[in-house]
Amino acid sequence: MLRYIIKRVLLLIPTLIGISLLVLLLIDLTPGDPARMMLGASATEEQVEELREELGLNDGFFVRWWRFISGVFQGDFGTSLMTKRPVLDEMLFRFRYTLILVIFGTVFSVLLGIPIGIYAATHQRTWKDNAAIFLSLIAVSMPSFWFALLIIRFFGVQLQWLPISGVDTWTGWIMPCAAMALGLIALIARQMRSDMLEVLRQDYITTARSKGLSNRTVVYRHALKNAVIPVIMVIGGVFGSSLGGSLITEVIFSIPGLGQYIMTGLNNRDYPVIQSGILIIATLFAVIILIVDVIFALVDPRIRSQYTRRNKREGGKKNEKEEETVKAA
Amino acid sequence: MGENLLEIKNLSVEYHTDDAVVYAVNNISFEVKKGESIGLVGETGAGKTTIAKSVLGILPQLQAKIKSGEIYFEGNDLLKLSEKEMQKIRGNKIAMIFQDPMTALNPIETVGFQIAEAIKRHNKIKRQEARERAEDMLEMVGIPGERYRDYPHEFSGGMKQRVVIAMALACNPELLLADEPTTALDVTIQAQVLDMMRNLRQKLNTSVVLITHDFGVVADFCDSVAVTYAGEIVERGSVDRIFNNPKHPYTQGLFESIPRLDSNENRLKPIKGLMPDPTHLPEGCRFAERCPYATEECTAAPPEAYEIEPGHFVKCFKVKEGEK
Repeated sequence: MLRYIIKRVLLLIPTLIGISLLVLLLIDLTPGDPARMMLGASATEEQVEELREELGLNDGFFVRWWRFISGVFQGDFGTSLMTKRPVLDEMLFRFRYTLILVIFGTVFSVLLGIPIGIYAATHQRTWKDNAAIFLSLIAVSMPSFWFALLIIRFFGVQLQWLPISGVDTWTGWIMPCAAMALGLIALIARQMRSDMLEVLRQDYITTARSKGLSNRTVVYRHALKNAVIPVIMVIGGVFGSSLGGSLITEVIFSIPGLGQYIMTGLNNRDYPVIQSGILIIATLFAVIILIVDVIFALVDPRIRSQYTRRNKREGGKKNEKEEETVKAA
Repeated sequence: MGENLLEIKNLSVEYHTDDAVVYAVNNISFEVKKGESIGLVGETGAGKTTIAKSVLGILPQLQAKIKSGEIYFEGNDLLKLSEKEMQKIRGNKIAMIFQDPMTALNPIETVGFQIAEAIKRHNKIKRQEARERAEDMLEMVGIPGERYRDYPHEFSGGMKQRVVIAMALACNPELLLADEPTTALDVTIQAQVLDMMRNLRQKLNTSVVLITHDFGVVADFCDSVAVTYAGEIVERGSVDRIFNNPKHPYTQGLFESIPRLDSNENRLKPIKGLMPDPTHLPEGCRFAERCPYATEECTAAPPEAYEIEPGHFVKCFKVKEGEK
């Protein structure tokens, strides 16, 4: 298992190199010139050319790529062309905001989505189930910016309970996280419900009932653990894509997050910002997928044994001991 | 063999689907004595599994409806018990072995846990004690106790069925409902599993309802037989009587369709036709359409069960008239 994780982490390196190449290629293919943007329309062609030379924009593709990637490995993500501030500092500052938003949004949607899904599944074909399906359909279909505006109107303007923008106090986080979570709650609830219904039809659930176990034990011990496996996949995907997709929420609630930073960078053709921003989000996504895979293996012994078997073949008993320490931990 | 352990009276079960009502079990009655082993024989879809699931109260709640009947177990009508009271009986006094060992075990729990869970549920004992007893159960069905911590996917089909059997027997049930316990297994493993069940039966004096479509298994294992057809029991009696003197045309047809090794026949002799659609059962005798002796009387109204000799019941007009 440990071996597997190390292998997966090492595999991240070629993935990220590939991503960095792809990002650079896309930038080259996009029209627009940062030098022209910086100097404005009144600058002469010579001035623009001079600045291009100065910024190293005229260097070859691989020269620019190497400059970028070697910098990254030394912890230098370049300097923003517009603000002249180091990209890494700015990213780290803004990343905190996005991370809080995404983590609380996801946690919130998991805490609500999973119980709603279980409830709907265990009350199949009653009005409770129908109501849950209907509400989640609305929640999934509702654009998040619209929902954000609705809650701002109600809780911010009318009742004045919560600040309408900014996150200076913790109460400022409530609405952005709720706006973020709404669609995700519904997504997770629907996934949970359908997986739960699927599992409850399985023979081993009848077996569990035939042992005289209580409904609670059958649902939570036998069914849930099996049904939650595909849901974990969805949660991982949701978490990863929100990291890059929190832009709308950030703009509406004036949160200085990563999405806004990269968006501004894109508009200004601020190449270092775009490159580093995409690279960081891609890395996080890859790490999340890795974590999801490890959780899979921990929950499902069938997946776990695939790794163990490979280990046994390769390394013999030593690896089995490692396995056990990992399990014990 | 003395008193009745299980007594089913006029049981009828229906499944309600979106567009039809399936009449799965129709007015079935039979009883099982203490220590007796009865074979429930019939084609796929004859309602055998539904009978077993009704006894245990584990029919799919949304679709299945018990229309009528009583199921007496040790004198109590199981259908009148609350869910809580049923939970105390399930897995404890009545246990079930399922047809397909491949899907009957929870894939993400160890087999040991799944056995110990049943033991712990019905006995006030410590976790460690439940674990030891689960290991003993594994040993009893011929699986080393160390495999307690293994997961179902690490066992072969036959081994899984042993685990399922160990699970069913974990609390020494009075009644074992075995739903085609050997159907999914290789022939060699089948014999082993049957042998094992026979030994356990002798040791624990458990009554068994063995559901099967294999007369060979019945002859090998059972004291009496009930032949089911389209949700009814058409003939019922001791293994001796039924095998040597089958009276119902369906039972006769079943026996004739078994190929004999000592004859030169090249062709199989199936019963012509198909079982009636359980959503539209005929008004008269269910078997009339396929019966070589059917008369107008047969299609007009269903026959009753006639006791032609003590303990030998046949649901056919012919028997009443004393012909054939």
